[in-house]
Amino acid sequence: MVIYGVALLAGCMMIGLVIGDLLGQLLGINANLGGVGIAMLLLIFVTGYLKTRGKLPDATVSGIKFWNAMYIPIVVAMAASQNVAAAFGGGLVALLGGALAVVLGLAMVPVFAGRRSSSRVAMGADESCPESLTTHVAGR
Amino acid sequence: MLQSLYELVDKYHLVAAFAVIGFTMYLAYWISERFTRGKLHGSAIAIILGLALAYVGGKVTGGSDGLADITLLSGLGLMGGGMLRDLAIIATAYGVRFEEVREAGMRGVMALFAGVVVSFIAGSLVAVGFGYTDPVAITTIGAGTVTYIVGPVTGATLGASSEVVALSIAAGLVKSILTMIATPMAARFIGLDNPRSAMIFGGMIGTTSGVAAGLAATDARLVPYGAMTATFYTGLGILLAPTVLFLAVRGLA
Repeated sequence: MVIYGVALLAGCMMIGLVIGDLLGQLLGINANLGGVGIAMLLLIFVTGYLKTRGKLPDATVSGIKFWNAMYIPIVVAMAASQNVAAAFGGGLVALLGGALAVVLGLAMVPVFAGRRSSSRVAMGADESCPESLTTHVAGR
Repeated sequence: MLQSLYELVDKYHLVAAFAVIGFTMYLAYWISERFTRGKLHGSAIAIILGLALAYVGGKVTGGSDGLADITLLSGLGLMGGGMLRDLAIIATAYGVRFEEVREAGMRGVMALFAGVVVSFIAGSLVAVGFGYTDPVAITTIGAGTVTYIVGPVTGATLGASSEVVALSIAAGLVKSILTMIATPMAARFIGLDNPRSAMIFGGMIGTTSGVAAGLAATDARLVPYGAMTATFYTGLGILLAPTVLFLAVRGLA
């Protein structure tokens, strides 16, 4: 059933958020430390485990794939509800500080990524592993 | 008649938002194909359209949630809010191979620390350049360029003035919005076309909404990798900014 997939996704999210919250409290910061990332790893492991056991029917998968495919529209809605007016009305310090952070951040990506050719191949291999990818491409 | 229509849309705000965003996507993909021959992704155009509309919405209503402050479009706030956004981000992890994550893992973690520090330095330098000398103010503005959540949290911890806190939030918003726009343009030059560089990108930039939208506009297949590291960024910033980084600023100032 489709709801199994949605529930699996929701369950991973809630467990991840709880762990992230506990991590935050452990470190004494009032924030969720990586809850979403932990939930993503959980989803990768749990769906991988179920798939190798043949216990991940298409209907269940479609419950996850739906939200996967809704990602871009949700991001567009997110963009439309950003406080853009405040960002650009915040004065020169905010504008320059934010811009400099983006420029430096982007410029440092190749520094850390190192060699490029080998990892391109990895992405090619990734393409033969369909599921989440097909929905993205279809949504494009 | 008009009043009841108004009430209806307001009552079913989330459904109305689905329709509005669907139409926006259609328009964006049409523009992409018609005017750029698909060179500029439809999703990139849709995000830029969204941001432009958010600017108009913010100007018209004076609120803080962009277009979602317009009563008829309040569903956008729920659809694009943290809850559904995180659910959709997690869903993108389906089909990701763990080996890919593990291979880039170490570099991703390094990029995380470097990203927080580099952003912080960028913001602090600009603050100093504009004549701020108080370590608390410099740290708060620097923390704001990490993300717009780290700024106010740091400001509250250190006791910064509300004016400085507002500035730090604005700096974080600029970073987030510029990331959405600049990422698809810069992607080719920084080799942002594989899982590894996406994880590093997520760690370097970190602001979740910026990374989420920037990667969506570049190549949606990269989203889970970038999102995975970015999700640790704000927590790490809150950990480092009011403590180690503040001490460093106070030592230097």
